[in-house]
Amino acid sequence: MPDRKIRVLIAKPGLDGHDRGAKVIARALRDAGLEVIYTGLRQTPEMIAEAALQEDVQVVGLSILSGAHMVLVPRVLELLRSQGQGEVPVFVGGIIPDQDAPALRSLGVAEIFGPGTSTEVVVERIRRSLGETVAS
Amino acid sequence: MGEGLVLVGSVQSGDRLALAKLLTLIENESPEGGSALAQLFPSTGRAHIVGITGAPGTGKSSLVNELAKVFRRGVLPAERGGGSRTVGIVAVDPSSPFTGGAFLGDRIRMRDLAGDPGVFVRSMASRGSLGGLARTTGGVIQGLDAAGFEIILVETVGAGQAEVDIARHAHTTVVVEAPGLGDDIQAIKAGVLEIADLLVVNKADLAGAERAVQILETALGLAPRQKPAAQGREAEETWDPPVMRTVASSGEGVEEVARQILRHGGYLRASGIWSVRERERIAAEIESRVRDRLADRWRHSQPDGLFEKTVGRVASREISPAAAVAILLGQGGTEGI
Repeated sequence: MPDRKIRVLIAKPGLDGHDRGAKVIARALRDAGLEVIYTGLRQTPEMIAEAALQEDVQVVGLSILSGAHMVLVPRVLELLRSQGQGEVPVFVGGIIPDQDAPALRSLGVAEIFGPGTSTEVVVERIRRSLGETVAS
Repeated sequence: MGEGLVLVGSVQSGDRLALAKLLTLIENESPEGGSALAQLFPSTGRAHIVGITGAPGTGKSSLVNELAKVFRRGVLPAERGGGSRTVGIVAVDPSSPFTGGAFLGDRIRMRDLAGDPGVFVRSMASRGSLGGLARTTGGVIQGLDAAGFEIILVETVGAGQAEVDIARHAHTTVVVEAPGLGDDIQAIKAGVLEIADLLVVNKADLAGAERAVQILETALGLAPRQKPAAQGREAEETWDPPVMRTVASSGEGVEEVARQILRHGGYLRASGIWSVRERERIAAEIESRVRDRLADRWRHSQPDGLFEKTVGRVASREISPAAAVAILLGQGGTEGI
């Protein structure tokens, strides 16, 4: 476990206006002792990448319910990579059809959390992903 | 190991990721962060540091968002000293005292600032500090200052009455109020109102705004013309804190606040108070660093178990707390501090 406090960005890309899921996750991460930066609704991939940079977060979580994940997620990954944050693990939560998951994973998404994932699992996966990042 | 020093060069050439990483090192109080700050220190001291404080829900983040937009645009014609300025923002939110976690939500209100390379927004958790800022907020401000941001807006934790740390870090302190928060008795209490260089009644479109302005003006009118030197501040005879109205959600009135902030900066410089405050701030910083170091040294010099044993003697009323201090300092070999 890294010594420094874990800072996470939770972002809502795209146009769906429903952020209960994002807030539940943010709250759970806060209660697990993490520092959560929440961007609010309707962020463009550019806004998310900029926030990830300025805040120097170790993890980015994207919550998407709109169905536009195959456009938004690759764009966020590409921007992070081009600004030198390619090593930051990106998690995706929301409504992601099973058939899209392999493609997202192969693009570099660390983990996909569908509806019903327990918040404990999310916290545990985030911690584990950082352990691996730090070790490598 | 040389990470901090590599960052210094990149920060000064405008590399934003390097700046972000430097701020993380500072925030985590790492040795690299400390040495990088030492390296950058000569290029600090140029920014106008503006504190924004007030109770939770008064609209501080929205006001910071609008102020940043106005400063980017320019307040007055450039030839009158009001041209466009770059803006660094530090927004502090509380850490949970139970889990150490934090929910930092100030960016939600600052979405208008996205995509502008002349703006840099950094959120901070207070990490157990009680004065409305984090312990390392001063260092983060210095980092942004060294990176060349001309105005630095520091938004405190939603503060109640006594969270006045910001006045020790800022040149100009803006206290934000909203209608319906308190009566004239609240306004006379010591604390936040005393540190105000500017008072803003935000949400001025709501009922009760007029009354809030009146209460504040009356409270300020009760003050003697020469303020008592409060909390590390020199008495100022000629600056009367203006009371202003804004509706930050629409931007109404914010340009006037920005203008008054610049006017206050001009007043500080012309009166020489700017450098007085600078010296006081530096003195306070050195003092607190010395205190931390002395306390560390004392802790390390204590024989094992003496502290616990002495606590027990005080708890059983065998000796007084003052006698305990004498014992702990005497046996620690640091008498005289």
